[in-house]
Amino acid sequence: MEQMRKERIDRGLKVRTEGLYAISSYREILYLMGPRLLLIVGVIALPFIFELAPYWKRVINIMFVYALLALSFDFLANYVGLVCLGGAFLTGVGGYFSAIYNVYLGFPIYLAIPCATITGAAFCTLCLLPCLPLRGVYFAIVTLMYPLLFTRIIEALNILGGTNGITGLDGFPNQYVEHYIIILLVIGFLFAMRRFVNQDIGLVLRGVKDNDQSVRASGIDVTRMKVLAVFVASLIGCFGGAYMAHLYMWTGISLFALDFSIIPIASVVIGGGGTLIGAVIGSFILVPLSEVLRAFGTFRIVIYCIILTGFIVFKSEGLMIYMQRKYHQFERWVKV
Amino acid sequence: MSEEPILSVKGISKSFGGLKALMDVSFDVQGGEVFGIIGPNGSGKTTIINCITGFISTQAGHVYFKGKEITGWKPHKIADAGIARTFQIMRPYYSLPAYKNLIIPLWSPRARKTGGWRGGGKHGDRDTVAVDILEEIGFERDSRVPYKLSSTLPTGYQKRLELARCMALRPEIIFCDEVFSGLSMSEIAGMLPLIEKMRDEGITLIMVEHRLRELFRVATRVMALNFGEKITEGEPSLVIEDKRVREAYLGAEGV
Repeated sequence: MEQMRKERIDRGLKVRTEGLYAISSYREILYLMGPRLLLIVGVIALPFIFELAPYWKRVINIMFVYALLALSFDFLANYVGLVCLGGAFLTGVGGYFSAIYNVYLGFPIYLAIPCATITGAAFCTLCLLPCLPLRGVYFAIVTLMYPLLFTRIIEALNILGGTNGITGLDGFPNQYVEHYIIILLVIGFLFAMRRFVNQDIGLVLRGVKDNDQSVRASGIDVTRMKVLAVFVASLIGCFGGAYMAHLYMWTGISLFALDFSIIPIASVVIGGGGTLIGAVIGSFILVPLSEVLRAFGTFRIVIYCIILTGFIVFKSEGLMIYMQRKYHQFERWVKV
Repeated sequence: MSEEPILSVKGISKSFGGLKALMDVSFDVQGGEVFGIIGPNGSGKTTIINCITGFISTQAGHVYFKGKEITGWKPHKIADAGIARTFQIMRPYYSLPAYKNLIIPLWSPRARKTGGWRGGGKHGDRDTVAVDILEEIGFERDSRVPYKLSSTLPTGYQKRLELARCMALRPEIIFCDEVFSGLSMSEIAGMLPLIEKMRDEGITLIMVEHRLRELFRVATRVMALNFGEKITEGEPSLVIEDKRVREAYLGAEGV
């Protein structure tokens, strides 16, 4: 019997766009710019598309927060080799810091968010510092524990508003500011991270993932590189938390909720790990999906799980990797 | 032996639980030497490299590099001082192309301090420098080999990549952990000139090796270990004649 196998070949257009010929004609330029423009324009247009559905406009904001968290998870897991199960830790810390700055210290909102992002990231990095020199599951476990720990501390000591949280944060002046702050920052972070991981310093981080001993033997302090990576990832996550706090004009222990840890990971699985953009697209699918499924009440989680399992079984590589392959390569059947 | 040795190891001991991997091993290496460390399996050859380069801690003894004590330093600090090492099990960064593997050592503080590689300079293009180093170490510049994913490279090239990673640091000492093992005769024949070239450039080489014939072609001095103890040290031809070395390799009754 004759056996056939699928052969994949790069499209000529793709090969041309890798070099100087990328700017030789509109076709090549469009090939390169098309997907990027589609994403940017699509994302910017989202609030207008849902102009008449105010409920969905709220969902859009949260969706972008999850996109940030997924981006941060994807960067740490697939480029540095640190599995962070504590997206909730980042949002919680970011949210509480922003509340402290805004409510207790009286910073205006546009100063409170950046300050909370930076000090929050520094705080997260400091908390995670003890487990950074270790290899293995320690980092994952510690990141999972911290949100629970901080929830209990706030409850037990009744500090920072206790179970009621901190109220009276400044909100955004109008909903367009609300939307576009997060949308532009998601785009900004996304393209910045894509660039960052391909810089020389990003290659060093990827080296840490592949083989930290060899990086050590090259005279680079691995722990310091991990600290840097965790700081960058925390910046992204803490911004998400600070933004959410001002969006709800309230900070509470629900910012430490497990959702912020789990949904970003699921988004990365669906979108395709290691692509960064896949993480963002994954959360664009998962977050609205879980909103739609609210109609099913408690049955929602079952359907959610079935869809997730379906993705894992049938497209385990992730959507983005699949789409990239289709875009860049064509397939044909050849004899073995 | 009037000048100060570049590397001086005094009484290093290391045991893993009850197993004594190294017992009171001392030796000196002069600058520009090719120093061989031989011994049967499990005699502590790799352990001694790990101890000197800081990858595992020692229980007793001191290591001096150019007269300065480096015992207990962190591995990256020792590499930064100028002692590079290869790994017996090759560990390229699998997800990166071969030449991108060299970006990592080239980015290190040491490579930046020494101003990169030749024209590379502090702000030079590291990609260009990386391909230059690879060419020197035997990757054909115009072929596709330097641009291939390092996981797809054949063993010989992966070994060379390990050496290239060391060379990128411009070290003063390179520890070669069995660079010849697993290579075919023709690959070894291609590797020997590289070793000789490094020696001629003034780099001190300390080679742990099982392939004695190849080692003895380049080594100036050899130390033999057995069960973590130093048996003898000296000219390669004398060491191989030594009765205890033969016993260690062939077993006591084999002689």
